[in-house]
Amino acid sequence: MRTDFVRREVTTGLRRNVTMTIAMVLTTAISLALVGTGLLAVRTIDSTEAIYADRLEVQVALTQDVSSADTDCSQPICQGIETTLQNSPLVESVTYESQQAAYERFQELFAGQSIADVARPQSLPATLRVKLADQDNGAEAVRQAMNGQVGVRTVIDQRDVVGKLFDFLGGVRNVTFALALVQAIAALLLISNTVQVSAYTRRVEVGVMRLVGATRWYTQLPFLIEAVITGVAGAVLAGVGLVVAKFVFIDDLLAGIAQNGVIPPVTIFDVLETSIWLVPIGAAIAGVTGYVTLRLYVKV
Amino acid sequence: MIRLERVTKMYKTSTRPALDRVSVSVEKGEFVFLIGPSGSGKSTFLRLLLREDLPTRGKITVADLDVAKLPRRRVPRLRQRIGCVFQDFRLLPNKTVGGNVAFALEVIGKPQSTIGRVVPEVLELVGLEGKADRMPHELSGGEQQRVAIARAFVNRPLVLLADEPTGNLDPDTSQDIMLLLERINRTGTTVVMATHDHSIVDSMRRRVVELDLGQVVRDESRGVYGVGRAQA
Ligand SMILES: Nc1ncnc2c1ncn2[C@@H]1O[C@H](COP(=O)(O)OP(=O)(O)OP(=O)(O)O)[C@@H](O)[C@H]1O
Ligand SMILES: [Mg+2]
Repeated sequence: MRTDFVRREVTTGLRRNVTMTIAMVLTTAISLALVGTGLLAVRTIDSTEAIYADRLEVQVALTQDVSSADTDCSQPICQGIETTLQNSPLVESVTYESQQAAYERFQELFAGQSIADVARPQSLPATLRVKLADQDNGAEAVRQAMNGQVGVRTVIDQRDVVGKLFDFLGGVRNVTFALALVQAIAALLLISNTVQVSAYTRRVEVGVMRLVGATRWYTQLPFLIEAVITGVAGAVLAGVGLVVAKFVFIDDLLAGIAQNGVIPPVTIFDVLETSIWLVPIGAAIAGVTGYVTLRLYVKV
Repeated sequence: MIRLERVTKMYKTSTRPALDRVSVSVEKGEFVFLIGPSGSGKSTFLRLLLREDLPTRGKITVADLDVAKLPRRRVPRLRQRIGCVFQDFRLLPNKTVGGNVAFALEVIGKPQSTIGRVVPEVLELVGLEGKADRMPHELSGGEQQRVAIARAFVNRPLVLLADEPTGNLDPDTSQDIMLLLERINRTGTTVVMATHDHSIVDSMRRRVVELDLGQVVRDESRGVYGVGRAQA
């Protein structure tokens, strides 16, 4: 009985103002798609950070002559640098990567690309790879200790490189969340307005319902369900949009860096999981907006 | 059945009270006319009984419920014990006669089996048998008011409140509506009717409560319309 009544009221309500319903669904969809994009960016940042957290090293590249003369860091210059590093309390461990080892890793990393063919072992420096015990101050300490040392060419902090990437991803996230917020406000106002219009067009019905003693459930539920349905429809549309965007847009954009293993690729699984989250988010936002609107503006 | 004890209603926007220390008590099964000039507080009186509004002071009891103290979620229970009709019928234009009456039961959660049984009964009671499938705009004013009365009565309320139910009807049709309200009253339903209609009040000879500027200026059983004001 109750479900019958509510279903009938909701369908007439949604049909009564089709254009408004569509506008509401679209605005909600755009807003939620942006939220989804933001969530994907956060997710990528998190998993990228996880990948790098224990891998990031400070690389002390040795000069050309030391690199080619000393293949296993057994000679005084290299030994001296290695001992200095190892004695620092900020350093966890030091490993030596010879020219040959560097060359092999390089070949692996750029397999199939033309740069792999032109590279020669002699053109790559040998490096001392330093794992830090103190992630916050270690890099700066190593840099200072190595500054001016004989045999040291450069000090590369991998986090400087990855940091730019994080900055970029963080930027994407912030912009999409900002846009999502603006869109969300538009969606909220639209939902609120639609509930008001809907309540106004049904004021005679609602008036009769109140007079004959219908409970708040009966008078309000149709409006709330209408709002929630549009919220869910918007979320579904946003999910479809994200999946489409993954294939036509995100994949291309991230193709280079993701293939090289710099950041993990955004998989269809990630997109679907994020999209599923949009449904309760959309439903909750629409439901709460509808409820608050009924409380504030509509005597039901 | 209905009891007002020194009830005062001040609307925020007005300087004089719409009801001023009104004390009235109506027994079960009574038929009461509420009369008085325009603006004397008749509609306000009825709105307070329905808890459409709260009294500023005083106590109201309807069907053993303390109206002003009733928590919000109990208000539907009060209204289910009260039927209501108005001058402007307030029918749903997109529902049939039967649909309009059924609506009142659907929204309070009555099962379909009950609805299917009692709606034809009440339509017969108000003299609309065979018209259940008509739309409201296909009916005369009198017939529309019968639908409204059927809707108000279908849940067998203890009290029927009528605010100028004949205000839009010609004298003959008004007479028919009064006969219907009398019939409903004879089932034991308490009826309170606000009206301007002299001839109806004079011909029925029922209890008359007269309001003027929000005060009760006359309360007599078997009263007529004009006497009280002529004396005043
Ligand atoms: N919602 C309101 N806000 C402010 N004042 C109101 C409101 N409703 C009624 N009033 C005032 O209260 C007084 C009583 O009004 P009420 O409608 O009860 O009179 P009435 O006897 O039903 O009149 P009528 O015979 O014209 O229907 C009037 O002075 C009116 O202006
Ligand atoms: Mg009135």
